[in-house]
Amino acid sequence: MNAWWELMSTALSSPLLQRSLLTALVVGVSAPVVGTYLVQRRLSLLGDGVGHVALTGVAMGWLVGARTHAEPNDAYAVLGAVVAAVIGAILIDVVSARGRTSGDVALALLFYGGIAGGVVLIGVAGGTNANLMGYLFGSLATVSPSELVTTMVGAAVILVVGLGGRTVLFAVSQDEEFARSAGLPVRVVNLAIAVVAALTVTIAMRVVGLLLVSALMIVPVAIAQQLTSSFRRTMTLAMGLGALLCVGGLLITFTQPLAPGATIVVLAVTVYAGVAIVRTVVRPRRRHQHADPHPDVPDDVSLSEQEVGQCNA
Amino acid sequence: MNASNPAAARPAPGTPVIQAEHLSVAYDSARVLSDVDLTIRSGEAVALLGANGSGKSTLMRTLLGIIPATAGQARIFGTPVSKGRAVPWERIGYVPQRVAAPSGVPATAVEVVLTGLLNRRTLRLHRGARPRALAALEAVDLAGKAHTALQHLSGGQQQRVAIARALVRQPDLLLLDEPMAGVDTPTQNTLVELLSQLHHDGMTIVVVLHEVAGMSAILQRAVVLRHGRIVHDGAPPLAADAHAGLGHQHLHADHGEEQTLAEEHLMQRSLP
Repeated sequence: MNAWWELMSTALSSPLLQRSLLTALVVGVSAPVVGTYLVQRRLSLLGDGVGHVALTGVAMGWLVGARTHAEPNDAYAVLGAVVAAVIGAILIDVVSARGRTSGDVALALLFYGGIAGGVVLIGVAGGTNANLMGYLFGSLATVSPSELVTTMVGAAVILVVGLGGRTVLFAVSQDEEFARSAGLPVRVVNLAIAVVAALTVTIAMRVVGLLLVSALMIVPVAIAQQLTSSFRRTMTLAMGLGALLCVGGLLITFTQPLAPGATIVVLAVTVYAGVAIVRTVVRPRRRHQHADPHPDVPDDVSLSEQEVGQCNA
Repeated sequence: MNASNPAAARPAPGTPVIQAEHLSVAYDSARVLSDVDLTIRSGEAVALLGANGSGKSTLMRTLLGIIPATAGQARIFGTPVSKGRAVPWERIGYVPQRVAAPSGVPATAVEVVLTGLLNRRTLRLHRGARPRALAALEAVDLAGKAHTALQHLSGGQQQRVAIARALVRQPDLLLLDEPMAGVDTPTQNTLVELLSQLHHDGMTIVVVLHEVAGMSAILQRAVVLRHGRIVHDGAPPLAADAHAGLGHQHLHADHGEEQTLAEEHLMQRSLP
């Protein structure tokens, strides 16, 4: 135990590890904010799609950087990711709002085109496999000070929009038809959610990589919704869980030679499974015994507890 | 709740609340609504009837601007719905068709009702919104379920939450899309009682229905749609007629132009 504490204190005194911890914390708190709206809109996979498209943006950024001899040569990668992710998120939102079947295929084309285009373009721009792996699976161990700032700014925007506009974002996500009939700016709200989702993908890219970004947005929400009954509490709990899981997963990798991004996601999925199992074992028995099977129908006969006791005896 | 919305503040009875002029809607090449003319005046209680696919829900949603009209125009309180922000949306309460499966993230009944009170310009809730939302839930007999997650409520209870969300706005015009679908009989009776009270207080009510049966007591007028056209506009059909006729029509939707018995009755009755 002492050895572990020693290791931790050495780790925490290193600026590099401090930056990774801070990045993990900030992303862990902000990703589930958008995730809550996405789960509510049944768009859990939007983040995944945006992540795929963002890779092309990263590669475009690389290409521009290489052509303009920028230093370092991935200077525009994050910018490219933001632009591509925003365009991708809006496209996905529009396509899924339109049709069902044709939209489905259009989304598939967008996703795979995004990944393949990214891989090809990074190669063209002179990127290595290591660079590519960093974007696909995260590179939490090497966060530069400027990247930390970018992440902080992105997270601030996400929190301001996601928490500040909670009631209206909730209203539109919960029932778009009703929101329209109430004169709420449904289109603007949908756009805002798409843009904030894209921002989340971009900052989460550092932590878990583009292939796993969706997990940071969705899994904490999936855990939280098993434990709460209100939207507000689900979001708050998911934010807390997101922070705990990201920081916890990262701390594990300080002592074990594991990939941080994947470790965080495995930890999150494990917690989800644990909660789900505990819930199925513990909860339903109680519910079935006490819940009124026909809550809308007045009871014909009512028994006091004493009478029930007598019957059972 | 009704006491806080005095009937005196309502538009004068007889003022047009909804006006549809040559309203048409088409998806791709399929025409869903053809040349619909309809005026609903303040204080009326009107049913939109018709078989599945007759265009009754589409008509309601087009009147609300949810579906854009391909031709013609819909006005609410005199303002074309295409004008968006200029429409007095706060005077409208809409109860959409109930979605079978509520979304994944839990939301309590009061959270849902609160969305009815969002100010559409500031996009915020005003002070005192919460007590109003709780009062609206009480009005639909769900005071005890305010903090229960929507997915733990029965179909009828979810329907009442949606009605509370519309009523909390204290609207002059209430539109309901199939409010009786999937709702047990005791709840249906409660709903009819509630709507009857609201109508008595001067609220204009438009309701999309499959059959008038339970609601005949409060309806003065029925608009029957068939293949996107109005085929009857007048007294509500007798419950038995409508039940048999519309059911029959639904089963034989492919047979096109053949008129059902009920429709013939209706046509005869609406002739001068």
